[in-house]
Amino acid sequence: MNTADLLPLAVAVPLLGAAVLAVTGRRLPRPGRDALATAWAAADVACLTLLWARTAPDGRAVSWLGGWSPRGGHSVGVVLVADRLGAGLALLAAVLVLAVVCYAWRYFDEPSGEHGGVFPALLLLFEAGMVGFALTGDLFDAFVFFELMGAVAYALTGYRIEDERPLQGALAFGLVNSAAAYLSLLGIGLLYARTGELGLAQIGAALDQHAAAGHGRDALVVVAFVLVLAGPLVKAATAPFHFWLPDAHAVAPSPVCMLLSGVMVELGVYGVARIHRVVFAGAGGLPDDAVRDTLLAAGVLTALVGAVMCWPQRHLKRMLAFSTVGHIGLFLIGAALLDPAGLAGSAVYVAGHAGAKAALFGLTGVLLDRYGSVDEHGLHGRARELRLTGLLFVIGALALAGLPPFGTGLGKAVAEEAAGHWGGWLPAVFVLVSALTGGAVLRAGLRVFGGLGARPAEDPEAAATTGEGEEPEIREPGRRPPVPMLLVPALLLAGCLAVGVLPGVGRALAAGAAAFTDRDGYLAQTLGGAPAPAGAAPEAWWTVPGVLLGLLSTLLAVGLATAAVRRAPGRDTSGLFRVTVLPLRRLHSGLLGDYIAWLTVGLAAMLAALTAQL
Amino acid sequence: MSVFPYLVAGWILLAGLYGLVTSRNLVQAVGCLAVAQSSTYVLLLAVGYRSGATAPVFSDLPTDAPVVDPVVQALVLTDIVVGATVTALLLSLVIQLRKRHGTVDPEELTGLRG
Repeated sequence: MNTADLLPLAVAVPLLGAAVLAVTGRRLPRPGRDALATAWAAADVACLTLLWARTAPDGRAVSWLGGWSPRGGHSVGVVLVADRLGAGLALLAAVLVLAVVCYAWRYFDEPSGEHGGVFPALLLLFEAGMVGFALTGDLFDAFVFFELMGAVAYALTGYRIEDERPLQGALAFGLVNSAAAYLSLLGIGLLYARTGELGLAQIGAALDQHAAAGHGRDALVVVAFVLVLAGPLVKAATAPFHFWLPDAHAVAPSPVCMLLSGVMVELGVYGVARIHRVVFAGAGGLPDDAVRDTLLAAGVLTALVGAVMCWPQRHLKRMLAFSTVGHIGLFLIGAALLDPAGLAGSAVYVAGHAGAKAALFGLTGVLLDRYGSVDEHGLHGRARELRLTGLLFVIGALALAGLPPFGTGLGKAVAEEAAGHWGGWLPAVFVLVSALTGGAVLRAGLRVFGGLGARPAEDPEAAATTGEGEEPEIREPGRRPPVPMLLVPALLLAGCLAVGVLPGVGRALAAGAAAFTDRDGYLAQTLGGAPAPAGAAPEAWWTVPGVLLGLLSTLLAVGLATAAVRRAPGRDTSGLFRVTVLPLRRLHSGLLGDYIAWLTVGLAAMLAALTAQL
Repeated sequence: MSVFPYLVAGWILLAGLYGLVTSRNLVQAVGCLAVAQSSTYVLLLAVGYRSGATAPVFSDLPTDAPVVDPVVQALVLTDIVVGATVTALLLSLVIQLRKRHGTVDPEELTGLRG
């Protein structure tokens, strides 16, 4: 089979699987449905593995759908383009979907009969949207895949419709993300008005020609840039667009959280990097310095907000969700450096983070399954009996804090080193965010699984979401955790370790990052020219400062967690806490109108910041 | 080409967003999202408009007749399909919320904050 044929196949396989499951699911018994879903998910993993292996490290696989290939640099067709990073992210999505399908084997009391097979069918549809978004080379297609991925994610978030909070979380998620998607579409309309093209490469080339013809940079390009990036930035939960994420993650079923945090949010960062690189990085786009400073500021803000909000949470899933916000900020910093080294760091970091975060959500699902609660205070010491689960949870927390040799540590080290070249203080952000998020999760693990320290006192002032009174997602309280619910998180953690230990992974992603930043190569190869060799791949391997900073953030995390559990209950909160954390917590009001207001304010601020730098 | 349709598109977008920010009823909020989305229809159709041209259906036209841009019309159709799906899904969530919780006022949903 031709390599180019694998691209549409990777999107078609899960779509077909979803249709088959939706039709046959009601007639099959439960094991048959699970086996069918697993087979489809595995087939797409195989397809994308083949695509990854066959894509040259510095090249791309290009597929013009329906044979509408370009004539003389012009085409009316729709194109799929895979380079190593795009194919790698699609592969990550497929692997996580397979893991989630296996994890959910015995998880749900899924309704049989009329609605049987709906959950795995939705998972496969979600996979199709994510893979399509990662592989598309067309801006309007990106919008459609974005909305497909979004609509399925809203449905999956509100899957347990008997409860009030999942519905609320799904509505906030849906309204904010879809509003942002329509803003993106407005931006796409503006770009089409200027260039008459919809493909990423074609728009980029046309903007460059427009600039070469002597037209200066004008307001349309800046406005279009901000509008088009609104969708991916909201999907990536960049502050101040991040409010929907903790709401959705706190209430979605645990297997869905594994996908949302593990790969969907990261696809937003990928979208930002891809669209900026191909469309706006040329002569007709925006100057690199202005974009770098704006995105770096957004990344640092996101990272700090996520880390500071992660620490005081007691609802475990909400805590993990804010830790995702913090790490997304770090990925955005890496991508915003606009050089191959930063991007390579982010790519490795995303791969490692997906394993660790999905494993942690999976283990939280075990708690929810057994105790019907994900509240750090209410579960204090109750899960002592779950030794293996607790051990895995603590390992996951340490991986999150960047402990070498986990993949998260390697990604952090590489991104840190790249960021250090642009601003000497940026590595401090990486260390601080890793320590705070890892420390919070470690503290929760020590309390819940170890029963360490005294039970924390209630703080009536804090407007907190507790984790009590959650509906258990299954209906057999007290059963032993099914084997897949422990095996899958263990394998995911092993994957996180493998990213940091196997030199091949980092090397391949670094070469992919060099190809990703090679804009001329992308344009030439997509529009039918010969690929030029990309620049040299950056180093993506452990260095002494990287290991030391990883150990430092882990030590800080352990120190913070120990200090928190040993703290006497009922002691007054410190003044610093009152000044910094409480106002920030009050901003997370849970009100939909506030979220949309922040969306418009954030976009206006971004537009002003970019305009001021031109 | 007049600048008027672009101003209209911008106005519709702002009206929709204003409604989303201030709405006290989730059915209305989903409606406001649909209003905000219709600004994309106006913008796209304005982009493809040519004065004096006709619909791009060549069955009864000479092939060199001036027609408006068919690409944006295809985009708008896709956009409508996407919008209908999302609106239907969100409205069904609102209905379920009304059934289970007895309210459609976002200010009364205080289960998630901090």
